[in-house]
Amino acid sequence: MRKLVVVGNGMAGARTVEEILARGGGEMFRITMFGDEPHGNYNRILLSELLARGADPDEQEDLFLNPWEWYRENGITLHAGVRVVRIDPFAHRVYADDGSITRYDQLVLATGSRPFFPPMEGIWADDKTLTPGVFGFRTLRDTTAMMRYAGGKQRAAVIGGGLLGLEAGRGLQAHGLDVHVVHSAEGLMNQQLDAQAGRVLRHSLEQLGFTVHTGTRTTAIRRTTGGAVTGVVTADAGTLDVDMVVIATGIRPNIGLAMVSGLETQRGIVVDDQLRSVDDDDIYAVGECAQHRGKVYGLVAPLWEQAAVLADHITGADPLAAYHGSQLATKLKVAGVDVAAMGLKEPERPDDEFVQFSEPRRGVYQTVIIRDGILVGATLLGDVSKVAALTQAFDRRVPLPEERVKLLFDIGVPPPEVGAEELDDQAQVCNCNGVSKGQLVACVTGGQRSVGGVMAATRAGKGCGSCKGLVSDIVTAALGADLQADPAEGYYVPCIPMDKPQLMAEIRRCGLRSPSAVFTALAQEGAEHAGSKMALASLLKMMWGEQYIDERDARFINDRVHANIQRDGTFSVVPQMAGGVTSAAQLRRIADVAERYNVPLIKLTGGQRIDLLGVRKEDLPGVWADLDMPSGHAYGKSFRTVKTCVGTDFCRFGLGDSTRLGIDIEQRYHGLESPAKMKLAVSGCPRNCAESYVKDVGVVAVEGGRWEIYVGGAAGATVRKGDLLTTVDSRDEVLTLAGRFMQYYRENARWLERSYDFVPRIGVAELQAIVVQDRDGIAGRLDEAMQHSLDAYRDPWQEHLQPATEGQFRDALPLIALPKVPVR
Amino acid sequence: MTGAGLYRLGRMDQIPVGEGRAFAVGDEQVAVFRPRGGGLHALQAICPHRGGPLADGLIDAGQVVCPLHNHAFRLADGHCTTGEWSVRAFPVAEDNGEVVVRF
Repeated sequence: MRKLVVVGNGMAGARTVEEILARGGGEMFRITMFGDEPHGNYNRILLSELLARGADPDEQEDLFLNPWEWYRENGITLHAGVRVVRIDPFAHRVYADDGSITRYDQLVLATGSRPFFPPMEGIWADDKTLTPGVFGFRTLRDTTAMMRYAGGKQRAAVIGGGLLGLEAGRGLQAHGLDVHVVHSAEGLMNQQLDAQAGRVLRHSLEQLGFTVHTGTRTTAIRRTTGGAVTGVVTADAGTLDVDMVVIATGIRPNIGLAMVSGLETQRGIVVDDQLRSVDDDDIYAVGECAQHRGKVYGLVAPLWEQAAVLADHITGADPLAAYHGSQLATKLKVAGVDVAAMGLKEPERPDDEFVQFSEPRRGVYQTVIIRDGILVGATLLGDVSKVAALTQAFDRRVPLPEERVKLLFDIGVPPPEVGAEELDDQAQVCNCNGVSKGQLVACVTGGQRSVGGVMAATRAGKGCGSCKGLVSDIVTAALGADLQADPAEGYYVPCIPMDKPQLMAEIRRCGLRSPSAVFTALAQEGAEHAGSKMALASLLKMMWGEQYIDERDARFINDRVHANIQRDGTFSVVPQMAGGVTSAAQLRRIADVAERYNVPLIKLTGGQRIDLLGVRKEDLPGVWADLDMPSGHAYGKSFRTVKTCVGTDFCRFGLGDSTRLGIDIEQRYHGLESPAKMKLAVSGCPRNCAESYVKDVGVVAVEGGRWEIYVGGAAGATVRKGDLLTTVDSRDEVLTLAGRFMQYYRENARWLERSYDFVPRIGVAELQAIVVQDRDGIAGRLDEAMQHSLDAYRDPWQEHLQPATEGQFRDALPLIALPKVPVR
Repeated sequence: MTGAGLYRLGRMDQIPVGEGRAFAVGDEQVAVFRPRGGGLHALQAICPHRGGPLADGLIDAGQVVCPLHNHAFRLADGHCTTGEWSVRAFPVAEDNGEVVVRF
């Protein structure tokens, strides 16, 4: 039989032995246990209950986990009240403070932790003894001593507003003491709860008679000449006169034994996935003293999981057993208040979903945090009725209801129009242009009778556009029965009363090839309209290709000078870098240009290119000539770029040559004008490093040499995963179908309608029928129209050779010293 | 300061039809527009909203739209139709093939 020695007879040590016995360990091991405390094993969690009830420990039900008989019946030798002081890992021996030496084949360290006493004047009577009336709250002895001392006392201070401190406070309150909680952080239980939950908890505790001082450090314990406690001195709340003090400012793992014995320790004893010390395969550590993957756990659930893995491994019941860390989910009653907390207490990433409900008067506060559709955190305070379902969702990562609030409530959510109506007047609806609900309603009161009219008058929804739905809800609600359908809503451009198909038919019928011709023939009174020019120019170019009659004045400034205007009137220059692939020679040229033209900011773009920002308009032709690279079209309502990952050449996961395909797509479709910009990506495997799922067109290589094509994805003001259009067998099919989809989009999307609005509007099934299955027999025509557009492509940066108009690159702000943006 | 009076900005064909161009006259900056339908207009060159270059804006017979945030100004008098601010308008004419503006 092997000799197993367990150091520590607390919950971790005893539980581990139980697990080992349950796997037949009684036949394999002769077991010896050392326990610091002079009694059998007890349930530490019940100590606060014991304190509150003021019961005799022997009468406290369930307190003792394993009676003496259990040790005897299982043949375990228990040394209670004996402390192991050193391990000799080489000789496989442990030395105890009673002079004994015990040999082991395998050793389990379950030394737990001890209270942490912060440096504080007056806390210690001598090197080892606390001042009379000052207590830690860890052991049965601490608890019984507190109960004895509390008799006849009036006031107590608990230093530390964490879980243990609040429990101690409640226990002392049950003994008739007035309890002050002094907490150095701003929020109570700040390990588990966010700031707002801390405030709600504080309110509930104050209702229960606690006096709470947060953000207050205790600097000293005041005592009589005889040495007994008379008060605590705080940094911010003056001196509190109290008769006793409980210090609950955290715990520290007991790692001294491991340290002196030469085992790797950091915050705890460092263990591997089998809970073995990283230094010694025969020494395990479990519970609060163990540090696994950087984490030390102070709760009971992880301890149970660790004990099971350790037992599986040490008995050989499952030699492959591995501990992967614990997700923390706890449900407690803290000082009579229900608290459940799991995972994150606050959102950590910008795109974490965060649902928060607060009703401080009832002491209820609830939050859930969701990341990528998975519940990663929840806090329930005051009302824990949903804890079971949430714990299940948290542990098993099950799918969540689309309306996240249903995680917290059974009731239905208010319909959106009620939401709009109930929104506060001050609430900012359009975050780009700073328009409040009140301003929208005032605009309606002032006589606007349509959504479009209100948007035009207030500029709400004219920035990124993501608030349009809410603006529409608010205006609709404010108008009530007065709502007038806005006929202009369906127009392609505001000055011509036709939707896009009608307009295109009319343009073809009349053979209108320039914006001015369209205005003259179709606009009201034949008048041109500045706000319609860009949309018409794009449409006509798409329809006529090389036959389009280009009118420079119909172009937005970006399209006149082939660069993106910046806030100070300078421009940004982004050369084409197809697929994000460049070369040393290109980089050298870019660097030379940046120096030659004093480019103030060189920045990598999200589309894997290099952006030269702050270029003066008059320098643009020179910059292009010196770069000698094609335009990257980072300025137009057009095909922008194809982001790629490294594909198969270097990546060991790549399933398809995404880099090559991305370059081919970009070089085929570059600069293609469209209703709104199009950003693409090709990823070499479903790890999706090029973010293909959130692109207007995204391509993903999958096993078997196939490619998935996603459309309508977005990761800007709107975030949307693209819909799978189809999966194809070859790169040529990707090129064809991506082109066909883009052509259908160009012909049918409204002006500035991004694919993430267009695809849901048409429906992916409909798009599949048209683009993939060719239900309507238009595939050939779409492909031809696309080819026609591609044939008309000219690199606009060649205009440096011959300006298109007089003063095309002349500065429009002649006296302003440029650039004004700070140089980094 | 630029004194009151007539200033010659140079040849009319510096300004393409349907577009605007900016000129410096002493300390003043003026954007001169030449709509397709005819006429000539001169406005303060800088958008009062965030300093955008109005000469780079799209125009029609009646207005110019600032390229930065789409605020619109009437060519005739500089009145802003999308906000509270307006720009100054200057008398301008063609004389013998040249643009003449009066401050």
